[in-house]
Amino acid sequence: MSEEREMITGIEVPIYLKYHFTAGEATARFLSQVRQGKLVGQRCPSCNNVYLPPRGSCAACGVATTEEVEVADKCTVESFTIVYIPIPGNPIQPPYVIANLIPDGANISFIHLLSECDNDTVHRGQRVQAVWKPQEEWDYAMDNIRYFKPLDEPDVPSESIGKVPVTGWEV
Amino acid sequence: MANLAAVVGIGQTKYQTRRGDVSIAGLLREAAVKALEDAGLGFDDIDAVIIGKAPDMFEGVVMPEIYLTDALGANGKPMLRVHTAGSVGGSTALVAASHVQSGTFKRVLTVTFEKQSESNAMWALSSPHPFSPHLNAGAGGYFAPIIREYMRRSGAPYDVGIKVATKDRLHGARNPLAHLQLPDITMAKVEESPMLWDPIRFLESCPSSDGACAMVIADASLVSESPKPPAWIRGVAMRSEPTMYAGREEVSPQAGRDCAADVYAQAGITNPRKDFDCAEVYVPFSWYEPMWLENLGFAEEGKGWKLTMEGATSLDENGDIPWNCSGGVLSSNPIGASGMIRFAEAARQVRGDAGAHQVEGARTALGHAYGGGAQFFAMWVVSADKG
Ligand SMILES: [Zn+2]
Repeated sequence: MSEEREMITGIEVPIYLKYHFTAGEATARFLSQVRQGKLVGQRCPSCNNVYLPPRGSCAACGVATTEEVEVADKCTVESFTIVYIPIPGNPIQPPYVIANLIPDGANISFIHLLSECDNDTVHRGQRVQAVWKPQEEWDYAMDNIRYFKPLDEPDVPSESIGKVPVTGWEV
Repeated sequence: MANLAAVVGIGQTKYQTRRGDVSIAGLLREAAVKALEDAGLGFDDIDAVIIGKAPDMFEGVVMPEIYLTDALGANGKPMLRVHTAGSVGGSTALVAASHVQSGTFKRVLTVTFEKQSESNAMWALSSPHPFSPHLNAGAGGYFAPIIREYMRRSGAPYDVGIKVATKDRLHGARNPLAHLQLPDITMAKVEESPMLWDPIRFLESCPSSDGACAMVIADASLVSESPKPPAWIRGVAMRSEPTMYAGREEVSPQAGRDCAADVYAQAGITNPRKDFDCAEVYVPFSWYEPMWLENLGFAEEGKGWKLTMEGATSLDENGDIPWNCSGGVLSSNPIGASGMIRFAEAARQVRGDAGAHQVEGARTALGHAYGGGAQFFAMWVVSADKG
């Protein structure tokens, strides 16, 4: 009983990889404060922009940053996309919104998830706030923030995005 | 002053979803042998081999250069690997060219590749880091918000990306090596395709391809030893910038503008739309055509989309400045090779050897690649004229 078999042209070889992330001074400092539920960036001594997460330097000015500045967990949407594509191993169910968010008191965006929102009405200038995990689950990770949700506050006009003070947005 | 160098041989595999019939080494050798045949040369005529590919995790095979030495005839010769994310195909060509222009070597074989079917690039690009939430959004998730910002600033109509996607696939249908063969594509079909990363639809995105591209670059003194017309390398430039800094211009990165200004100055290009006969530009998502039209100075800021919509970049509409006649990255995307394919296709045009996607009488062309968070740029200007 000889069955016709297809020629084997490849085999599956899984790789299992664990790696140790060495954060460096600025990121280690940032992550240790995220663990306390605080977002702490660094101010550039030359251009005064506040970086979050801090990188220990301002790449625009080419200088080291050391002054720490706590920023708010309220943010403004700079831009966003709605992700529909399923990606292997992704625990988040599409469609979901990821947004470039600029925290009050900072001058550069980071990306995070937006939820408890109507995907079709998400927009630039929209005000949002962090929804944190329960404190007992906090770790050295930005995932301590589960997602951001819309705030009932007036939009920030385009020209003021990235310039909102840490005290918040007031018209 | 650098020595003059030229492309004297080009070899490409047929791009497709999966090449199950060859190993990575076999795939590269296929492109290399074709390039040598095109140049009328053998492995013995080559002084050094320079290869490039995207991150190792894209295939799951680490350090492929180690076992590619024999497949590429590099026994007893220098071999090195270049890596600059998605622009690597372009920067590999430039590293190869610079070794000839400097007089270090007389003839260099350069090969780039990706065998995307062997792993999952989307997964490889979504590895977790503690300083950022793990969002699994891939490259489209990174570029979609930047595209959205371009749309807002320029006020471009929603269907510019749809037009690019259609145009590049019609170009690709003229190129038998292109992965996607969609001669019947229409703007309606692109518009109806599923949204992946709003505003990027399925048909506005590049495919995942297996393939390799190779070139032989020779010193001017040896160009006559190859039978076909050379593509003279008239300008070469690379620029980089950090991914993140306050006030970074993400829609039209400074590194791209500086790189273009440098390469144009070397080649005497003052009006890119007029001085080039065509361009092969790295457009992995449709909207990057109007964005790069502006970044590269083919159109004023905010007006790139008008060239696209007028048909200026379309072969089928007899546009004055056809972009991506080969079908571009939107038709074939073996990531590590994609930049070099742009450079090689620009060279094919000025050699008059581009088959059914030839721009009639093309003398001067731009090859362009970008990579990372639109932070690495590589460009060359090739010409039928020695200058
Ligand atoms: Zn600064």
